[in-house]
Amino acid sequence: MLRDITLGQYYPAKSRIHQLDARVKIIGTLLYIVDLFVVQDFIGFAVLGAALAAVLVLARVPMGYIFRGLKPILLILIFTFFLNLFMVDGEVIWRIWILKVTKEGLYLALFMSIRLVLLITASSLLTLTTRPISLTDGLERLLSPLNRMGVPTHDIAMMMSIALRFIPTLLAEADKIMKAQQARGADFESGNVFRRGRALIPILIPLFVGAFRIAGDLAMAMEARCYRGGTGRTRMRQSVFGRVDYVALGACLVLFAAAILLRVLY
Amino acid sequence: MADIIQAENLIFDYSRPGSEETETVRALDGVSLSIEEGSFTAIIGRNGSGKSTLAKNLNGLYLPSSGRVLVNGWDTADDDRIWDIRQTCGMVFQNPDNQLVASIVEDDVAFGPENLGIPSAEIRARVERVLRQVGMADYREKTAHLLSGGQKQRVAIAGVIAMEPRCILFDEPMAMLDPQGRAEIMEIIRALHRAGHTVVLITHFMDDAAGADRVVLMDQSRIVLDGEPREVFQEEEIIRAAMLEPPLAVRLAARLRARGVELPPDIITTERLVDCLCRLR
Repeated sequence: MLRDITLGQYYPAKSRIHQLDARVKIIGTLLYIVDLFVVQDFIGFAVLGAALAAVLVLARVPMGYIFRGLKPILLILIFTFFLNLFMVDGEVIWRIWILKVTKEGLYLALFMSIRLVLLITASSLLTLTTRPISLTDGLERLLSPLNRMGVPTHDIAMMMSIALRFIPTLLAEADKIMKAQQARGADFESGNVFRRGRALIPILIPLFVGAFRIAGDLAMAMEARCYRGGTGRTRMRQSVFGRVDYVALGACLVLFAAAILLRVLY
Repeated sequence: MADIIQAENLIFDYSRPGSEETETVRALDGVSLSIEEGSFTAIIGRNGSGKSTLAKNLNGLYLPSSGRVLVNGWDTADDDRIWDIRQTCGMVFQNPDNQLVASIVEDDVAFGPENLGIPSAEIRARVERVLRQVGMADYREKTAHLLSGGQKQRVAIAGVIAMEPRCILFDEPMAMLDPQGRAEIMEIIRALHRAGHTVVLITHFMDDAAGADRVVLMDQSRIVLDGEPREVFQEEEIIRAAMLEPPLAVRLAARLRARGVELPPDIITTERLVDCLCRLR
């Protein structure tokens, strides 16, 4: 169950999208997220959806991978859908028992669901097509102006890259602890929300202890490999901003400008 | 050849919070040890004997409470030399998961050389070479957490040799692996020794120690035996007092000798024992 979580995972492939500079992909994703909140109608979503579909095809990431990323948020998706469906006042279309579905509610429910799906897909596409190292290097370089203001950009980027690296390790650890507790009769699957929540405490405590142990081990391993912060460090992979990167960035900007323009005009 | 590591009268204390008050535990109690360049030394001992603490003192991860450690003549307490010391003396740890820093195999191998400030073209060449050396060249683009324990440990070794250390400390690198993974790692360690690296292997498997030039047995924070494997393994009483057992081949050969079978005195590995027994007829 926990192993299904693809949060922050990288899918190795050789595609146009994989080869793009990480900075373009970070900026592109951010602009796209803003687009999603700027757009007010389904035509806008159709355009944004088509743009994302084009990137998906170019990225050559199997659809199964994308859907697996959506699975953990399915619950949130269903919840917001029905919340909007039943809670918005307006012109009533159906009435089931004490619940009523309004035209505005249906519209908003669909609207929010599409927005969420596009949002999650776009952001998971960023990590799926970008090596964690390139992602954090890109972030470090984008943030580098802040370095002059005393923000430790290298350290932030290093923390992010370690966090991404250890998501699967911690998930595996949690899985192991859960199995060990289940083997001794712990029950995580029955009872109401509160009971289930309480059943998680015996997992969280050993998980935290484990995380600290891992952190200690890792810090020692990094010291043994001469890690001493960002100064004097070189990179194996040096990203060069090429023509394709400019084109991609241009496309993102055009889409962004179009979304803003439509919003202002209508 | 000259000594690459010299530990002189090493004492290492650490404090452990007890139920009443913090107690001080002496993990190393007057340990002196010299490691000759190009040698293969196995340090054995049961859990808590101090062997792992000793290893971490040898490259300045821990600093001695008293006494000193010299690596290539540099004192590990010297802050200006600490990075030279760690580059000279690389270290592979027990848990393969907790020592990989990057998600992708080749990015992890590049981590050490990147820290040393080596130009990127040179890093690429080194990564390529060391991954081939440990037999992981086909996995360079793979995600590290999906590999087997033995494969992860091979990546960790590649990450250390990419820094081109003269000496490599292995801190129980096989403790968490299955028998096949253990055999693979042992083979790589032997190959690194043949290629000229000084190897220090911390282990509690007696059979692994049989492949070394020199065995150091630790018990209760001190060195109790130090010598060639065949000499050390004869001291069955001391080994048993340290809660360990000589390798099976040594014990079997001793019993056969007691029963009048004529066997040479240098039997320490199973292969050698089989070989000698076959020659008897």
